[in-house]
Amino acid sequence: MIGVGRVLAADLLVAQNIAFYLIAVGMVIAAVRVVTVKNMVHAALWLVLVLGGIAAQFILLAAEFIAITQVLVYIGAIIVLFLFGIMLTRAPMDRSPDLDHPKQARVVGAAIGLVLLAVMGYALWDGFEDRQFGQILVQRTAQVSDSIFSTYLLPFEVVSVLLLAALIGAIVLARRD
Amino acid sequence: MLVNQFLFLGAILFCIGVYGVLARRNAVLLLMSIELILNSVNINLVAFGALWHANDPSNLSGQVFALFVIAIAAAEVGVGLAIVLMLYRTRRSIDVSEVDLMKG
Amino acid sequence: MDQNAGWFLENAWIIPLIMAGSFLTILFFGKRLPERGTAGIGIVAVGVCLVLSLGVATQWVQRVNDPPVVEHGTSTEGAGVHGADAGEPPETGGPHDGPAVEQPGPVGVEGEHAAAVSLAVPAAAEGGEHHEVPPVVNQITWFQNGGVEFKVGTLVDGLTAMMLVTVTIISLLVHIYSREYLHGDVRFTHYYAFLSLFTAAMLFYVMSSSTLQMLVGWELVGVCSFTLIGHWWEEKKNTDAALKAFLTNRVGDVGLLLGVVVTFFAAGGTFEILEINGYALSPGANQTLLLVGALLLFGGVTSKSGQFPLHTWLPDAMAGPTPVSALIHAATMVVAGVYLIARLYAVFFEGLNIGANAINYVALIGGVTILVGASLAFVQHDLKKVLAYSTISQLGYMVMALGVGAWTAGVFHLFTHAFFKAGLFLGAGSVSHAAHHTFDMREMGGLRKHMPATFATFVICTAALMGIFPLAGFWSKDEILAGASQGQEQAYTLMLIMGAIGALLTAAYMTRAIYLTFFGEYRGHGTPHESPRIMTIPLWILSFGAVTFGFLNFPKVLSLPEGLTTRFEHFVEPTFLFPEIEHPTFNPVLAIVSTLLAALGFALAYQYYWLGRSPLAGLSQKSGFRQGYVLLQNKYYLDTLYTDIIVGATKGPIARASYWFNQYVIDAIVNGAGRISVAIASVLYREVDQQVIDGIVNGCGYVSESSGQVLRRMQTGKVQQYAALLFAAAAVLAGAFIVAVSL
Repeated sequence: MIGVGRVLAADLLVAQNIAFYLIAVGMVIAAVRVVTVKNMVHAALWLVLVLGGIAAQFILLAAEFIAITQVLVYIGAIIVLFLFGIMLTRAPMDRSPDLDHPKQARVVGAAIGLVLLAVMGYALWDGFEDRQFGQILVQRTAQVSDSIFSTYLLPFEVVSVLLLAALIGAIVLARRD
Repeated sequence: MLVNQFLFLGAILFCIGVYGVLARRNAVLLLMSIELILNSVNINLVAFGALWHANDPSNLSGQVFALFVIAIAAAEVGVGLAIVLMLYRTRRSIDVSEVDLMKG
Repeated sequence: MDQNAGWFLENAWIIPLIMAGSFLTILFFGKRLPERGTAGIGIVAVGVCLVLSLGVATQWVQRVNDPPVVEHGTSTEGAGVHGADAGEPPETGGPHDGPAVEQPGPVGVEGEHAAAVSLAVPAAAEGGEHHEVPPVVNQITWFQNGGVEFKVGTLVDGLTAMMLVTVTIISLLVHIYSREYLHGDVRFTHYYAFLSLFTAAMLFYVMSSSTLQMLVGWELVGVCSFTLIGHWWEEKKNTDAALKAFLTNRVGDVGLLLGVVVTFFAAGGTFEILEINGYALSPGANQTLLLVGALLLFGGVTSKSGQFPLHTWLPDAMAGPTPVSALIHAATMVVAGVYLIARLYAVFFEGLNIGANAINYVALIGGVTILVGASLAFVQHDLKKVLAYSTISQLGYMVMALGVGAWTAGVFHLFTHAFFKAGLFLGAGSVSHAAHHTFDMREMGGLRKHMPATFATFVICTAALMGIFPLAGFWSKDEILAGASQGQEQAYTLMLIMGAIGALLTAAYMTRAIYLTFFGEYRGHGTPHESPRIMTIPLWILSFGAVTFGFLNFPKVLSLPEGLTTRFEHFVEPTFLFPEIEHPTFNPVLAIVSTLLAALGFALAYQYYWLGRSPLAGLSQKSGFRQGYVLLQNKYYLDTLYTDIIVGATKGPIARASYWFNQYVIDAIVNGAGRISVAIASVLYREVDQQVIDGIVNGCGYVSESSGQVLRRMQTGKVQQYAALLFAAAAVLAGAFIVAVSL
């Protein structure tokens, strides 16, 4: 029995790793498409893939509540907002050449991105090397809510106020006078 | 699983987002790139949260902060798109390179 | 919870609440009420507060007389956190060491989360007569964040009780007085509302149990001060004064805020005053952190309590209505800084090492402020400004006293000063009420005959301020001087000299003010008249305080019984978590000297004003007073002294020097050079000017223009270029950090 359990745990780990890398590669490809694709609607749809992938990674990290929230808020609401934004600004629905800056600006952007990646990569590898997660415990929704409504009550209230302010601000900005 | 798997994924997404912010001209695409950046931060937060949670089951700070980031990102997109709409209405274009009234 | 702490001590929070209620009531319903009703609400509210405060004081006296039996501190959370931070467990040997120990009390009946805290002393090897009387602390959790609880509550001890009584008495008198003084004012309601809010904030401040809470009260009194200085905002001068007060205070408040943060982290993540004091006294305390914390906190004291060099707002603050000046800018709010030092005395005492030094920053600033304030008081024509500078000078005494370790003397002076200075300000208001709303002493004079009551009270309060023998100011000022002369381990000699000179100056400038206001011929318009009784009664009450309150701390002389001497010290000075300080003993020689100095100041001023301008002026030239007269001239030409030395030093000599330089050096050079230059000029013009100079000038223009063009290119207004710079800079910075760390 114990042997079986070990095998199962090891299999699970392998499965987790496979799942991680599959999703991660998909996410990176999708993310690159988001920032390079010539069609705005396509960019929004690629973004869905990235956000969905992140939700999947959250599941792998046994963070169920935030995974669901990710799907609800990002894919459910924010993507819709983006599509509305695209339509309301009468963006062309097909390929358009003027979405990007000229080439030299893109090269500078890419260079800055790569330098940042190098710096961060070095720092991360220096800091964590091959540290394992160990056993990831499921982080229950009840625990999350306990944490928010006791330890982090004040930031929660502040965020509520911020959301209200953003709501009012968006209405004030967007309405026609 | 390695902690670094998730951290590197976050770093890569962050840098792709940075590239997007710098290379895109279209304001809506700019906002999408900012979403990428914010999400990469969330991956880090949740990964660290899981790491902490394994040591101390009562500690869920990572997830809680990721939730706050989501809330703030939602507010940001709302206000950001409102600004883009304003921009479109006044200029008939959402090309950020044309918005340079603050030039020296 | 202490079973025998007493109702008033535990429920002190009701007092500011009443005033806050009064504020809201006046704010919302004041407009619909007649003046009598509006003022009535305020007066009744303060009256109730006064009664409650007296209850608090009485119960505190009982508590000191009959100290609670203190259980030995059980090791609880507070002690654990504290001890861990201090690096080593707190020593329980000395009677003053050891942190506050919290014990969660019973939950309040109304479901209110009332965690009462009783503070127990760890097993203390006490000397026979040395009883520790812990303050009564009653707290609830305000909010918690990230696992840290922020508490709000009351901390009541002798200092708090004294401040409560002082604030409520003076506030009550000012409320009554304002009823007539502001009669018919456009913003009568607004005035009373903010008077109530101020009183609430001040009471809240003095009973705060945490530094965070003190910060709230501190800022609230600041806001009230701002609105009341600008009460008559139609005049630009008044709004300017309000803004100046507010902004000058901001400067100091930055220090205060940082000081609160520093003490928070120093004491191991707590805002609790008792824990901070406990940390400061613990043997493992970090001296440097305490020093930094004390200096930062003193920044707040410097602005709020009008210490040099941030005292400049206080004279301008006299633009507000006079009762406000009496309450806020003389008796209560400006002593908030002094109270802060007194409350967190362990931090200041240990941080500045007051016990072992002969000079320190706080004492020095206090001493300088005494002299600056007193000397400036000479040159004012505005009666209120004389009093304002006098207040600055007296605040200097308090701060200096705390700086030299004479805690009781400083706080006692705060107490006595509140009464006689409020009396002086209200007296000035009464004068102005009579003399057609002017404070210019050049338009007064001879009011003695017209306003006997105001005159009498003004003289009594002045005598108290000068430190004339049996009046209140004598005892407190003398105690400060004794404290400076005896110090802790070393005498603070410089402070003693400063204080003694201050006593001389105080007597002189107050004599001048009295002369100009009440003696000589009336120089204003119309016929002055005595103020109505509603204004003079508060004056008499304050004068009564100015006469008698000095006896509350009667020194130990003539082998008087124990129960009569140093009562103030006995009841007000904390015994719990308080540094061990030496109390100065009464020094008859010093007392006589300081009185003589005051008398000398009075005599000199008398000479100048009564005799100097009388037909006897010539006599003083011949008589033996001549030397004193010369001294007087030097003193009293301060008006011209200021213009001569300060303005003149910058203007006169420099102008003369440049004139001389112009006449002799330049002229000679010009004349001599003239002939040569004419000859050379033509050559120069062709060769040097056209070629070199023009080249340089044009070159400069070209360089600045082209560099501007280059720099301008960075300011494209394009957000994304800024973002690119931002990210690039962040990357470079992060890389630099990595390199720095791995090296």
